Amino acid sequence: MSSTPTATRSHSDFPDDGVVRAADGTPLKQRLAKALRREKLRSFLLIAPLLLFILLSFIAPIADMLFRSVENNIVQDTIPRTVEALKAWDPAGNELPNEPVFAALHDDLAIAVEKRVHTRLGSRLNYEKSGMSGLFRKTGRAIKRMDEGDYKAQFIDADEDWGDVETWRVIKRFSPAYTPGYFLNAVDAEQTSEGIRMKPANERVYLMLFNRTMVMSLMITVSCLILGFPVAYLLAHLSLKASNMLMILVLLPFWTSLLVRTSAWKVLLQQQGVINDFLVWTGIIDDANRLVMINNQTGTIIAMTHILLPFMILPLFSVMKTISPSYVRAAKSLGANDWTAFWKVYFPQTVPGIGAGAILVFILSIGYYITPELVGGTSGIFISNRIAYHISSSLNWGLAAALGAILLCLVLILFYVYDKIVGIDNVKLG
Amino acid sequence: MSALPPYSSAAQIAWYYAFRVICGLIFFFLIFPIMVIAPLSFNAENFFTFTPKMLALDPEGYSLKHYQDFFTNPDWQQALWNSVTIAPVATILATGFGTLAAIGLSQSHVPFKSAIMAILISPMIVPLIISAAGMYFFYSRIGLQGTYWGVVLAHAALGTPFVIITVTATLVGFDRSLTRAAASMGADPVTTFFKVQMPLIIPGVVSGALFAFITSFDEVVVVLFLGSASQKTLPWQMFTGLREQISPTILAVATLMVAISIVLLTVLELLRRRSERLRGLTPG
Repeated sequence: MSSTPTATRSHSDFPDDGVVRAADGTPLKQRLAKALRREKLRSFLLIAPLLLFILLSFIAPIADMLFRSVENNIVQDTIPRTVEALKAWDPAGNELPNEPVFAALHDDLAIAVEKRVHTRLGSRLNYEKSGMSGLFRKTGRAIKRMDEGDYKAQFIDADEDWGDVETWRVIKRFSPAYTPGYFLNAVDAEQTSEGIRMKPANERVYLMLFNRTMVMSLMITVSCLILGFPVAYLLAHLSLKASNMLMILVLLPFWTSLLVRTSAWKVLLQQQGVINDFLVWTGIIDDANRLVMINNQTGTIIAMTHILLPFMILPLFSVMKTISPSYVRAAKSLGANDWTAFWKVYFPQTVPGIGAGAILVFILSIGYYITPELVGGTSGIFISNRIAYHISSSLNWGLAAALGAILLCLVLILFYVYDKIVGIDNVKLG
Repeated sequence: MSALPPYSSAAQIAWYYAFRVICGLIFFFLIFPIMVIAPLSFNAENFFTFTPKMLALDPEGYSLKHYQDFFTNPDWQQALWNSVTIAPVATILATGFGTLAAIGLSQSHVPFKSAIMAILISPMIVPLIISAAGMYFFYSRIGLQGTYWGVVLAHAALGTPFVIITVTATLVGFDRSLTRAAASMGADPVTTFFKVQMPLIIPGVVSGALFAFITSFDEVVVVLFLGSASQKTLPWQMFTGLREQISPTILAVATLMVAISIVLLTVLELLRRRSERLRGLTPG
């Protein structure tokens, strides 16, 4: 330090303007700001690697998926000339597009058939109007045999659907690069030439599934609360030693693999399983009338209650632990009976714990996939199972993305509420 | 729930015992499904229920054949090997990044702290099916889908929130004057970190690492979408087993996995007691 010329100067060398200065004469404010900047930079450098990692490996994929729910380049990319030619056509009228459009379609399809992408376009448009898939496949085969001139007649000859104005309306409606179509589908609505309307009642699936997911998650949350409250109360009021011992019974399931617990329930709930065997053995039920407890909603609710119960007990326990026993004693000394003291004095103090536990269990259960898939059958599946189905089996990725976006919104809203009540910093594990 | 006072009424005594019975039943509900699979995994038959021979404690009713199948069947061995090679690498990544970030977040002046926290915690909040779908599309685009590193990176991302939460929790109780004391005695930041801060936050780091490990070791949704057949992990094998043919080998695997969770739980409990002791609380 002493080698620097500034450090050897005395304070009297600096103007006496009332500014507090550090040893080297820079105003203290500046030095503090510099130190703060350095500290900010250091903490940022510590966070940056993980932030970058999460942004690249997690946030970007999700953003990418959400984008798929509105993206609709396939029509434009596959039949660009037709899309261009259709711009002049009025879909409200009842007339077919004129010859140039058909000519453009011929050119486009000839290339598409060459590249073998016309079937993909067919299956994309089939989501909006059934029969489109077959139409494109059939026309794809016919396209090579077409002669020059009067394509309109030749197309209608190849498949009479080309003579249907509705076919053209669908193509025109889904030509833009972005579409609300998947989102409308996800809430059982559809775009028609008359505007947006709900699908016929027998084709509505997703609202029912969302509804079921919410209702069943609510049932699971309530049963977790009913089972979790007494246990948390007992644990919070036993001696430390006893409660630590009993806590193991809560933590062991918490730490046990999800699949282990799901398989255990599969074993227990089967018609030839342990519970049914026991009930038959005790004579409660007849061998011929074994209970059906699996591959339906009952199975999902029982197994998921078991899986999520620790997530209810742990926050309840940590809140109950902090409630001072003197309030209940005071209430009793003022003449309240056990029930009044509990209900009017103790219970209201547990509400933050109930809120935290209930939202946590609800958030976790509406996104569940594995357990409903394995024990839910057809009546006990959740919206997640449908999303998985569209990704791996039906390959309608846009619809899967739209359903996922709605589910994600639900979870984020609930999580915002959770953050307001509990705070993410206060999440405790184990 | 202290012991019954001597002046309790009959109704109070009845409720006292009734409440304990209710709690006992709930504890039974929690623990029975996990415990029941252990005896069933020694079943000599390919059944999922107790045979009369088992109930009569006849040695012939029991056998190790499901365990033998697990240890000799190449499918299960491959799955075990994959789990054992994926989880530790994901854990190391998650723990390394997560600990650094938690230390950074615990400093007093971090701009956009809550926004950063929300982003870092998000892998824990977003439903797994959405994470899996997003990663499937994105990773196939950049050529990571169906690769070992794709699964490892995905699992590391899923594990980091747990590391952040546990390390942050230990840092909340961390006494800042200790690092200042070390610095005032001439220790550079790196020495201070390894000699003073690290030994004190190590329980949080280890329990975070355990959470990250178990997250990867148990995870099935993401690996189902992101992995190819050569990344088949134990949970994946169990999942397909349960969905398709239900082989009793699953019960042997499940029993082994329960044993692993007991070991993990014990380690965590010991860590908890250690940190309570260090903070001057008597362990229960």
